[in-house]
Amino acid sequence: MSIEVREITKIFGDFTALKRVSLEVPTGDLVALLGPSGSGKTTLLRIISGLEFPDNGTVVFQGEDTTNRSARDRQVGFVFQHYALFRHMTIFENVAFGLRVRPRNVRPSKSEIRDKVMELLKLVHLDWLADRYPVQLSGGQRQRVALARALAVEPKVLLLDEPFGSLDAQVRKELRRWLRRLHDELRITSVFVTHDQEEALEVADRVVVMNEGRIEQVGTPEEVYDMPASPFVYHFLGSVNLFHGRVHAGRVQIGELELDAPDHVGTQEGPAVAYVRPHDVELARVKTDNGASIEAIVRDVHPVGALVRLELDRLDSDGVIEAELTRERYNQLKLLEGERAFVKPRNLRVFLKDL
Amino acid sequence: MFDVLAFEARAGQASLARATTEPAIVRIVLIGTTLTFLGLFLFVPLIAVFAHALAKGIGAYWESFREPDALAAIRLTFLAAAVAVPLNLIFGVAAAWAVAKFDFFGKSVLITLIDLPFAVSPVVSGLIYVLVFGLQGWLGSWLAAHDVKIIFAVPGIVLATIFVTFPFVARELIPLMQTQGTEEEEAACVLGANGWQTFFQVTLPNIKWGLLYGVILLNARAMGEFGAVSVVSGHVRGLTNTIPLHVEILYNEYRSVTAFALASLLALLGLITLAAKSFIEWKTERQLAASESVSEKGAT
Amino acid sequence: MSLALKRRSVLPGFGLTLGFTLTYLSLIVLIPLSATFLKTATLSWAQFWSTVTAPRALASYRLSLGASLLGAAINAVFGLMVAWTLVRYSFPGKKIVDAMVDLPFALPTAVAGISLTAIFAANGWIGQVLEPMGIKVAFTPLGVLVALTFIGLPFVVRTVQPVLQDLDVEIEEAATTLGANRWQTFTRVILPTILPAVLTGFALAFARAVGEYGSVVFISGNMPMRTEITPLLIVTKLEQYDYAGATAIAVVMLVFSFVLLLVINVLQKWSGRRGALN
Repeated sequence: MSIEVREITKIFGDFTALKRVSLEVPTGDLVALLGPSGSGKTTLLRIISGLEFPDNGTVVFQGEDTTNRSARDRQVGFVFQHYALFRHMTIFENVAFGLRVRPRNVRPSKSEIRDKVMELLKLVHLDWLADRYPVQLSGGQRQRVALARALAVEPKVLLLDEPFGSLDAQVRKELRRWLRRLHDELRITSVFVTHDQEEALEVADRVVVMNEGRIEQVGTPEEVYDMPASPFVYHFLGSVNLFHGRVHAGRVQIGELELDAPDHVGTQEGPAVAYVRPHDVELARVKTDNGASIEAIVRDVHPVGALVRLELDRLDSDGVIEAELTRERYNQLKLLEGERAFVKPRNLRVFLKDL
Repeated sequence: MFDVLAFEARAGQASLARATTEPAIVRIVLIGTTLTFLGLFLFVPLIAVFAHALAKGIGAYWESFREPDALAAIRLTFLAAAVAVPLNLIFGVAAAWAVAKFDFFGKSVLITLIDLPFAVSPVVSGLIYVLVFGLQGWLGSWLAAHDVKIIFAVPGIVLATIFVTFPFVARELIPLMQTQGTEEEEAACVLGANGWQTFFQVTLPNIKWGLLYGVILLNARAMGEFGAVSVVSGHVRGLTNTIPLHVEILYNEYRSVTAFALASLLALLGLITLAAKSFIEWKTERQLAASESVSEKGAT
Repeated sequence: MSLALKRRSVLPGFGLTLGFTLTYLSLIVLIPLSATFLKTATLSWAQFWSTVTAPRALASYRLSLGASLLGAAINAVFGLMVAWTLVRYSFPGKKIVDAMVDLPFALPTAVAGISLTAIFAANGWIGQVLEPMGIKVAFTPLGVLVALTFIGLPFVVRTVQPVLQDLDVEIEEAATTLGANRWQTFTRVILPTILPAVLTGFALAFARAVGEYGSVVFISGNMPMRTEITPLLIVTKLEQYDYAGATAIAVVMLVFSFVLLLVINVLQKWSGRRGALN
């Protein structure tokens, strides 16, 4: 079931949570809504689910307008950050709930319910806990029960609100991979909300980066990481170096460096900022042949696992450059604190400065 | 940062209003039934007290308080309260200190004992004092020999009042002090303060609102007690009648206006108690909110 | 290792406060209570039994227990409704209504007694509407029921309110997304969670009503075998100087009170445990 939201606006008091947001989620995709607190991602998820209603705009499931339908009638599965399991019911009864509350004429028989519930519990590897109560389970187990419960009603769409947010780092990693595999098996259209960019990049087919009620970029994990559409996306997905300079006719001037800026071929003169990832910063002990580079002094050297992180102070301006080198490359250079180095960024993205 | 929290809270409430709320007609019926039920059982009786007291006009209302028997009843009521309140206040503080700041064998039995007057009928409460101090009671002959009257006299009334009201301050303070814990007092002790200093300078400021509310409840109940006092009193007009007992006499004599006039005094006392409770709840909420924001600021 | 009666603490005042507390309790509570049981011991078992099972006594038990039970049940249902409305809905004057729920606690019982009687008597505000319809309230068991409902009103409301307030909205949302309608969500998800609190409130209202005296004796008319509640029976026996008889009935009431107190403690523990699952 495909999902489409068109021009969704949602206002709470004098705070606008969503500003004319439009998004398409093709059938079978696993999409992450990624962004900081207050970006509107949870609000968007809840509007898709029917737990909230937009002030403007429409929600369309497989071509049908469901904007005014209640959550009951949308056939969505919803998994909450804090599981929301029914404490007074056993695991079995929790998963069976959605089937038991169906109207008499469409309710499955007791044995059908039993089969379906046990099948789902086996799918999440918790069939052996069917008679326990939620309080007796660990966080990770509870979340899997919540998932099984949501799947029991055979939803066309699965929505997850920061599903791993309350879990330990290790459990989070395991469950995230498990969710990916489950999705590959079941192929239900799924949307999940997270503020953890690692999670979004690892799990999702497409990532929707949101900020202040707007969508900044929609793309595959590679697209949003390597070709961020805006400074915000660049900042949010990994660390970044900023180089201020000027752009003119497809070239950008940073200090004495002049590099290609193919995005801005048609631009007249103007101030700009170049964004460079630490691992795209080249370091050398001597100036390269064609002369253009930025001089800096090494201030700090940190080995971190298989990489070495360096902090350098620019000599031509007040700036700090963060560089990340592989062990090999570092051992070739052997730069120490206080020593001079020459910096050349490659693979930069240039954005015009807003005036 | 706090703005976002506030908006999320409102967002949560807004969602409650749409997806997880009953249809309007159900809400209206529930509100209507609630108001009717409460109106019938609470507001009507309250208004009736004042309506009947003022049935013959303000003049008759004030006259009711001029009668010597009425004045005597008022005096006795105040006397009983004046003795019961301080004694039970000290008991309440002592019991709360022992229970909240220490762990000891038999603590839950003690707490249950403190709750006893709530489970026992007021009539039984009065009866047990008659059995000890009455003519046929344990101390009866000894008291008669020394010409000391307790039952059917003022001391008995005061005793019965003490019994039925002794839990109030304790029950307010115990959970309050348990929640507040022992850290501050322990810090004071380590810094060299003795018990009294610790109590007055560290504990008391923290419990002052709960204490005040406990005292107000205590007083209201002490002045309004009927069943227990009825049993130990001799119902002698002008001597051993508290306001509630005198109200009974007046009512049985069909002196409606006077009875309700005196009753209105107690009703006013009840309303003041309710107002005090609201005020103190509001105060403690503010105190709680202020201390939470301080600790958050400290954390950042 | 010595068996410590008290955990060592740096705070002073344990001996003083515990000593004072125990002395006070002994003087005010324990000694008089034991007098009651000892006095009863002066009766032979046969005398005791015939006193507490006399027809008049039995009739009073039926009335006291029956009306208290029914009153507490009414309060359980309506109290839940009141708590729900106060927690979930807004309407003008809500704060005042919320504060007024405690009126039966704050109002002296005798005042409530004469006020209810005045209202429901034949010429009272409500009585004059009901009597022509054949419904007599004052001086009937129905009047006893009204008084006992009044007296127990705050108990269920106040025990249920905090539990309803702390209820996690997410479990209701979860039930909705799983297809449950509001009624199903209420009966299958919300009600089981608040049931311990409702039962605790019911037991508290029941305990209070059984022993109630002041608010009932005016409206009941006090007719033996018909509208005489058990506490009144005790008072009547006292006025006739039948100390032993009065004490016997009092012992029955005391035993009942202790049992109820135990039940309430258990219920409160149960609801406490249910609440602390997060």
